[in-house]
Amino acid sequence: MPNNQGDEIRQAAAVLVKEIDRLVKQPVRIMEVCGTHTVAIFRAGIRQLLPSQVELVSGPGCPVCVTPNDYLDTAIAYSRCDDVIITTFGDMLRVPGSSSSLRAEKAVGADVRIVYSPLESLDIAASNPGKKIIFLAIGFEATAPTAAATVLTAEKLGLDNFYVLSAHKLVPPALRALMADRKVKVDGFLLPGHVSAIIGEQPYHFLEREYHVPAIIAGFEPLDILQSVYMLVKQIHTGTAVVENQYSRVVKPGGNQVARQVLAQVYEEADATWRGIGVMQGSGLRVNSKYRRFDVRVRLPVQVENTCEDAACRCGEVLRGLVKPADCLLFGKTCVPEHPVGSCMVSVEGTCAAWYKYGAWRWQK
Amino acid sequence: MKNERIQLAHGSGGKLSQELVAKVMVPAFDNEVLNELHDGAKVTIQGARLAFTTDSYVVKPLFFAGGDIGKLAVCGTVNDLSMTGAIPSYISAGFIIEEGFPFADLSRIVESMRVAAEEAGVLIVTGDTKVVGKGAVDGIYINTAGIGSVIEGTDISPSKVRPEQDIILSGCVGDHSIAVMAGRHDLSLPQTITSDCAPLNGLVKEILAAVPQVAVLRDPTRGGLAATLNEIAMQAGVGIIVEETAIPIRPEVVAVCEIMGFDPLYLANEGKMLIFVESQFSAEVLAIMKAHKYGRAAQVIGKVTASPAGQVGVRSLIGGVRLLDMPVGEQLPRIC
Repeated sequence: MPNNQGDEIRQAAAVLVKEIDRLVKQPVRIMEVCGTHTVAIFRAGIRQLLPSQVELVSGPGCPVCVTPNDYLDTAIAYSRCDDVIITTFGDMLRVPGSSSSLRAEKAVGADVRIVYSPLESLDIAASNPGKKIIFLAIGFEATAPTAAATVLTAEKLGLDNFYVLSAHKLVPPALRALMADRKVKVDGFLLPGHVSAIIGEQPYHFLEREYHVPAIIAGFEPLDILQSVYMLVKQIHTGTAVVENQYSRVVKPGGNQVARQVLAQVYEEADATWRGIGVMQGSGLRVNSKYRRFDVRVRLPVQVENTCEDAACRCGEVLRGLVKPADCLLFGKTCVPEHPVGSCMVSVEGTCAAWYKYGAWRWQK
Repeated sequence: MKNERIQLAHGSGGKLSQELVAKVMVPAFDNEVLNELHDGAKVTIQGARLAFTTDSYVVKPLFFAGGDIGKLAVCGTVNDLSMTGAIPSYISAGFIIEEGFPFADLSRIVESMRVAAEEAGVLIVTGDTKVVGKGAVDGIYINTAGIGSVIEGTDISPSKVRPEQDIILSGCVGDHSIAVMAGRHDLSLPQTITSDCAPLNGLVKEILAAVPQVAVLRDPTRGGLAATLNEIAMQAGVGIIVEETAIPIRPEVVAVCEIMGFDPLYLANEGKMLIFVESQFSAEVLAIMKAHKYGRAAQVIGKVTASPAGQVGVRSLIGGVRLLDMPVGEQLPRIC
């Protein structure tokens, strides 16, 4: 990141901000539906640069945040079994369930291991034949293919002690549910770049056809995001509403055929519960009948405690952009990153965590 | 706290570590020297100004690109003493070894300590060895303590930090963490990513001989640049603003961080230091650093500001400013 390149980027950003400022005639609400975008927006200080009429709100784009309590309770129940090793991405360790968390269980002896790729779980399975390895398969269309590929590899290797606890979610059904929710007011979407790299452009076209709302598939560099905001503002200014692809250097119109095939081979669409939002039709993935022996819920049922949630936690409303994190009474008080109450404060990509980490205090300009 | 249990994050160098020290250690041991909470304690014994420090090393894996637990144990303690403005002289080494640990690995680690001590010009003068049952520790843990004499005419302390001072970083951040992570997970990374583990006492001595007015020296180990800058901002009661584009980071490290979802500003380093100094001395300090093998990529990365007190901001690539918060827990457990 040499300094001269920094100067050029700063100049380009200033030009985009000026254009956005020129085109915005009324307040606009733009929702990013991707946790990585949320973090990138805060990290680059984009909110600070935009005119006050442009409001960026975060949607249900963080896979950890949308994972419901009962999933955590189930994972915790499995982690308490003597012959189980839980493998998971790091964030899941801190998410509170109804009465505990995986981190707390690990501290009292549960075998919970952080992996950076689901495939690492297979090495653990191979070297621990007496144990049952359960991978916590969460994430959207961008991460689900690697979990699916792991199942296929486990089958090829003949591993009979590897399982997934699946809670994968799908983005387009969530967008549809948001648009159908009359409380949600959004003038345009920043669509997730990584998810779109897998599914392509087509699944989003209902936004323009049925709801006349503009949407831009956006990259993750600060200039990508500024340019995407500019493209949205321009559409709003001219009264058009189409899906455009700003991230065309990565996202192809048809997506990634290979990844989609792998996904379709192992998973099937199912109704799914989103934390704080509820059940959305066809918004999740479950292991299909051919590979059901890898589905731990089917193979190894476990007794799970009754789910309960903190009544004051407003993660569900935060995830739909109905309230800002600071509107929650718990935010920054009893709910902080070191002691999170709700999932939005846990993940590095969580809306509340980003607000707290980057935006709780503003440096004077 | 009564029913809480210690978690890995309590040892990460972030907010939970601070909380542990503040709630448990400081009230129990409360004294003026400890309460400074510097890398090492500055004490006076019969008129001699000495620096004294201790640290334990539980890194996994024991051997990684650019270093091993033995080199870390010596360099870490040498650097902790150096950051107080002292010349390290003597080190102790305490080993806790797991039953069944290979002799060959122990010899390799001890040889590595000898080489590191020789480079730093310190003597390992006392030690202890304990062997515990299989499974009681993870291979080998090493504790080192060190003692040295504070360089005449220097007064390294957060209380010397003032608005408008420059903040100089000695080189690229994140190399150590990424090298260790590659070792832990058998990742094949470019050979350019090796741990930066190194003794900084030689460089510190040269800098302080030329510019004894240096306000603070600090090595950004656990918790990385973010934790260290926050500690200084809080201890000195000042604001800090750093330029994202001025912070040297290898592109390979940036790439790995992007894939893994890490922020390089939070990654541990073992051979880097931050220097807070009046801007009139910056050029001189930079010239000394750039001429030294452990400071070639040194840069002024930011400035101290009068407000907001206790806060660190980063000016991004596109000109927005965001908070650089204290890390909460571990990004990578057990890296130093």
